Amino acid sequence: MTEVPTAYYTGLSAVLFVIGVTGVLVRRNPLVIFMSIEIMLNAANLALAAFGAQFGRADGQVLVFFVMTVAAAEVAVGLAIIVAIFRLRPRLSVDDLSELRW
Amino acid sequence: MALAVFVVAGALALASALGLIIKRNPIHGALFLIVNLGSIAVLYLLLGGQFLAWVQVIIYAGAIMVLFVFALMVLIPGREETGPDPLRRVRLIALPLAALLLLPVVATLAAYRGTAVPRPSAVGGVEAVGWLLFTDYLFPFELTSVLLLGALVGVLTLAKRRTDRGASATADASAPAEERWRAPTADPTGRSDRPSLSEVSR
Repeated sequence: MTEVPTAYYTGLSAVLFVIGVTGVLVRRNPLVIFMSIEIMLNAANLALAAFGAQFGRADGQVLVFFVMTVAAAEVAVGLAIIVAIFRLRPRLSVDDLSELRW
Repeated sequence: MALAVFVVAGALALASALGLIIKRNPIHGALFLIVNLGSIAVLYLLLGGQFLAWVQVIIYAGAIMVLFVFALMVLIPGREETGPDPLRRVRLIALPLAALLLLPVVATLAAYRGTAVPRPSAVGGVEAVGWLLFTDYLFPFELTSVLLLGALVGVLTLAKRRTDRGASATADASAPAEERWRAPTADPTGRSDRPSLSEVSR
């Protein structure tokens, strides 16, 4: 169970995080941007769990649990905002949100 | 053995994350994200976190992805990311920027010469996590309940305001309801210069 070095997990987590950042920067669909944010959160969670296992403590996993709770709340509020903004718009694209007023 | 599982699950996670940002159709992206979350749950199992793996499957792949797919069904996306990209040059900068973000990690891992610390036996069952959660982390745990309550109230407020806006929009489009409202005071044939109800509410 303990053969995989922690550095592998950290590297995988970093690459996943960068993929998430690329998705946020490149994509135009707000829902896909949101899913990329979820990938970034999961990358950070993976690093936390890996370090927790490295030191043989469950604290890392408790932190991951909190991050999951915050992510659930964030997804609920964020999706509600996205639906409220884009329900009356013809296109589902963040490029259309260039004006700074409601 | 554990290394093989790590390689398979890690490759699956990377491939599905890439698929999410490459595929145009957001519903494919949602399916890729589910695969990604599942493979990360496998990695949690490999790290000895059985509790985390199940929470990942139940909360992320279950609840959160249902929300995503539900939002996809409400705002049916289609052709917005086809056609020419008006900001193509700006988006091309994004790739070097993201690679720049990866550089420090690559440098750190390349310079890593440390001997592998012998790991203690894995703790991560429900018992260990639950013990910490209700002793050392009791206050943050209680705070998350406030957070969830706040999110609940916020989402309800957002949903309610949306229906109000929708009602005023329909009143704007079809005049009869509005005329009925001001029939006793205003001349029904002429337009009064008083702002209408929908203008006031906006």
